[in-house]
Amino acid sequence: MDVLEKLTVLTDAAKYDAACTSSGGTRTAKKGYIGNTSTASAGCCHTFSADGRCVTLLKVLLTNRCVYDCKYCVNRRSNDTRRAAFTPEELADLTIQFYRRNYIEGLFLSSGVFRSPDYTTELMIRCLALLREQYRFNGYIHAKAIPGTAPELVERLGFLADRLSVNIELPSEAGLNSLAPDKTKGAILAPMRQIQTRNRQSREELVKYRHAPRFAPAGQSTQLIVGATRDTDFHILRLTQGLYDRYSLKRVFYSAYVPVVEHALLPAKDVKPPLLREHRLYQADWLLRFYGFRAEELLDEGTQDFDTRVDPKCSWALAHLDFFPVEVNTAAYETLLRIPGVGVTSARRILSARRVGPLHIDNLKKLGVVMKRAQYFLTASGKMAEGLRFTPDSVLRGLIAAERPLLPQQEAVQLSLFDPAETA
Amino acid sequence: MDVIYHYDGSFEGFLSCVFDSYAHKEIPAGFCSGEDGVFSLFNSRTVLTDPDHAARVLQKVAALSPEAAVLLRRGFLTCLSEKELHLFQVVAKLLREGPGFLGNRSDETLYPVIRAVQHLNGEVHLLKGFVRFSDLGGVLGGEIEPKNRVLPVLGGHFSARFHNERFFLYDRTHKEALFHVPGQSVIRPLADFQMAPPDKTEARYRLLWKRFYDTIAIKERENPRLRMSNMPKRYWGTMTEFQGEEHFIPRTSPGAVSGPGAPAGISAPGTPPPPGPSAPGSGP
Repeated sequence: MDVLEKLTVLTDAAKYDAACTSSGGTRTAKKGYIGNTSTASAGCCHTFSADGRCVTLLKVLLTNRCVYDCKYCVNRRSNDTRRAAFTPEELADLTIQFYRRNYIEGLFLSSGVFRSPDYTTELMIRCLALLREQYRFNGYIHAKAIPGTAPELVERLGFLADRLSVNIELPSEAGLNSLAPDKTKGAILAPMRQIQTRNRQSREELVKYRHAPRFAPAGQSTQLIVGATRDTDFHILRLTQGLYDRYSLKRVFYSAYVPVVEHALLPAKDVKPPLLREHRLYQADWLLRFYGFRAEELLDEGTQDFDTRVDPKCSWALAHLDFFPVEVNTAAYETLLRIPGVGVTSARRILSARRVGPLHIDNLKKLGVVMKRAQYFLTASGKMAEGLRFTPDSVLRGLIAAERPLLPQQEAVQLSLFDPAETA
Repeated sequence: MDVIYHYDGSFEGFLSCVFDSYAHKEIPAGFCSGEDGVFSLFNSRTVLTDPDHAARVLQKVAALSPEAAVLLRRGFLTCLSEKELHLFQVVAKLLREGPGFLGNRSDETLYPVIRAVQHLNGEVHLLKGFVRFSDLGGVLGGEIEPKNRVLPVLGGHFSARFHNERFFLYDRTHKEALFHVPGQSVIRPLADFQMAPPDKTEARYRLLWKRFYDTIAIKERENPRLRMSNMPKRYWGTMTEFQGEEHFIPRTSPGAVSGPGAPAGISAPGTPPPPGPSAPGSGP
């Protein structure tokens, strides 16, 4: 099989992994090496595929041969699909040549479990070592740690990669037992704990010795599949929160389950991937990481799933109308962040601008506040937007209409309960 | 009395204009650069670029606020219409009132400039990803078609990333190119440029990339609108994955064309050494 064919098979097999960022990397250009990682805190997208997702890294599997038989996965051993494997040399050459042409920011290396987790990880290490040591590649590398791999190998992998990730995939143990019988919760969490501990140690060493080797300097992430099992949003969000709190994850990715196989325990093949649900989870994820929200504030035992009509922050605001309106000239940063339509950037700008003089409603749009959403929830110098009249019901309709153009098309159709003329 | 300032179009020239306006105690009504010496009813003053004057203006601005100096430099690269006038007003306000107003983005003098700079920065950020290079016999070459003059900012990024390579990046809009050799990079005007057709190796990597791009999309999630809002169509013209078939066909006579300035026979800087003996087991 030639490299073009291998690339096709192994890209096709890797495409369902959502994680594709180069954020958090801190490699500066080094003499004699090729590349660096973007100095900006945000990652760098090199293109966007037809599904609108960012393509940052060369995302491929080393091999799609797999000894496991996870029901939801295209690469499970019982699936009748073409199998291929890169040699480390082929993949290293592809990475370097793509990188030189500025097609990519680096490599995202994952793999099916070939023979055993240890054997597979050794192959991955060979490939990454080749890239780092012989090709002198100084760009971004994201590698998958396979559950069940020996700690010494994970350790070696972490010194070669910028970011490691262990995919949880199924958000509950019941889901794991029924759909991925070869994996256990313990086997998944063990490498996550190891990566966290080792990463922290490495940071401490760096304080003492400037040239101490860095272990996964961009931290670790994981992915949860949404919609393959019956787990609720509340369950998923609490799990996410736990991972951020207790495992210091940098990111949790959500992947709307795309039915690729017919199985009694899985959604039927004609079920559309739950893109809107995935979108709402990402919105809530941002609220956890940057806005100081807790999972329990957004959902509870009574309301286990997100309102599909409005985003989680608006949902929270509508349920806490007594918290509003917020006066932008005096409110604390944390309070500003609670206003729908005010984000991290615009809240900072408000803080900076109000030091110069009192703010009025007209200033806010120029500071980046999305007034379509924010107008119902704030005052500036004691005044609301001119001519604004509303009831809780019309606020809801206004918020729905304000977000509608931003949603994926198929969901927008589902929401056509209200006439857009009612927005005003 | 309204006066139009004629200058050479350079950043230093603009700063000299600012200097002269204070020296003559007058407020320019507009700025005019280069050949576009349009007929106007206003009086005009031709300002000669004076590096000393320019440095004094920039020093004064930087002393009042280092951020304002950065804003001035960046602002001058933007495609904001009448950018000189907007920038002049910011400088005038800074000298008049001090740097306080710079903290208020919604300030009416500052806002248009900040917006324009944000547009520039956004374009730079996108282009860091969207630039495509071709290997032309060891030299990397690429083309862009930006709205703002992004090369001075973008150049730093690529010169750091590919510091061992030799490359150039041609800006079709502003007809200038960035040239980089290890340890040195310059931006020079370049009236016209035609990319040479790919050789066999280059065509192959283009094809591999196109295949990767086409395969990575999930059919069930197709969303052309989202793709377009993330990556506006005006960038597609210079991106490998959106080119027609002829872009992937190698030229027929091998070895006939070598890249600009690439002495034949020297292997590409960045071409890796042959892979050494391999580690555990044999490859799958």
